[in-house]
Amino acid sequence: MAVRIGVPTFPGSLDDRDAQRAIRIAGAEPVPLWHADHDLQGVDAIVLPGGFSYGDYLRPGAIAAIAPIMTEIIDAANKGMPVLGICNGFQVLVESHLLPGGLIRNANQQFIRRDQKLVVENNDTAWTHQFERGEDIIVPLKNGDGGYIANDETLKRLEGEGLIAFRYAEVNPNGSLNDIAGLTNERGNVVGLMPHPEHAVEPGFGPDTPAAMRSGVDGLRIFHSAIEVIAARV
Amino acid sequence: MPTIVVDVMPKAELLDPQGKATTSALDRLGHGKFQNVRIGKRFEFTVDGDVTEAVLAEVRKVADDVLSNSVIEDVVAIRVDGTEVAVTDAADGEAR
Repeated sequence: MAVRIGVPTFPGSLDDRDAQRAIRIAGAEPVPLWHADHDLQGVDAIVLPGGFSYGDYLRPGAIAAIAPIMTEIIDAANKGMPVLGICNGFQVLVESHLLPGGLIRNANQQFIRRDQKLVVENNDTAWTHQFERGEDIIVPLKNGDGGYIANDETLKRLEGEGLIAFRYAEVNPNGSLNDIAGLTNERGNVVGLMPHPEHAVEPGFGPDTPAAMRSGVDGLRIFHSAIEVIAARV
Repeated sequence: MPTIVVDVMPKAELLDPQGKATTSALDRLGHGKFQNVRIGKRFEFTVDGDVTEAVLAEVRKVADDVLSNSVIEDVVAIRVDGTEVAVTDAADGEAR
């Protein structure tokens, strides 16, 4: 039976369809979920998509974090269900306190769109175990509020416990502290990152790589990682 | 109907990119004497009935849990019909 991965749509989600497409290309069945429901439809994992839920009102991700469907997602995440938050989804995860810290306006005030090199710092999570530790990957980045911040105590803990999943390489595009691009929780089932792995899953439609234009498919292994973990469990 | 006002500011130690951009815009207009602009948020809402201690406690909870994110912001003031009240419950005993 195919692995089923739910993608909730909030008012203002933009990359929900792209996330569904990436899940399909990776070999799983995408299941659209609705923000106002309290039903996860029995999915095996969740991808919180990018976009501007609720128009970024209040704070990016803040209103989505208290949407009805999030009650079930937070509960499932705390029980170990793999949950990936991409861009606005990462903002939802920090606003839900599933991951620590916060995301603020990019340091240079610009909305940034670039093919971004990342280093995989932790390959011991549900979403990253198909990467090598220290591996460079290229994934598109596009955000206005991507500056990761946390207090010194939290940063020390993130560094000490290896909870930084991805770091920006070569360029820190948004002023994120310690070049943090993505985090994992202690258990390794919840991962959030600002760049968009779902836009790097199909040759011809991915980021530019040194090999060829739009050839990047590094994002695929994020989805393959979770699918493998779930399939192994059944 | 009493009006409640909650002021939220980005934490002082954090970069406030909006404030920084505004500071340099002021400087460009010849107002360089004004430094360190920081931009926060003001929430105004009304409440039915009297503002009792229980209502105030609920205001503080909403201010902490929803209106602000304590990782990046502080609730700096709460006012009821223009009169400032404490931003934390006395029971918390913790000054901000």
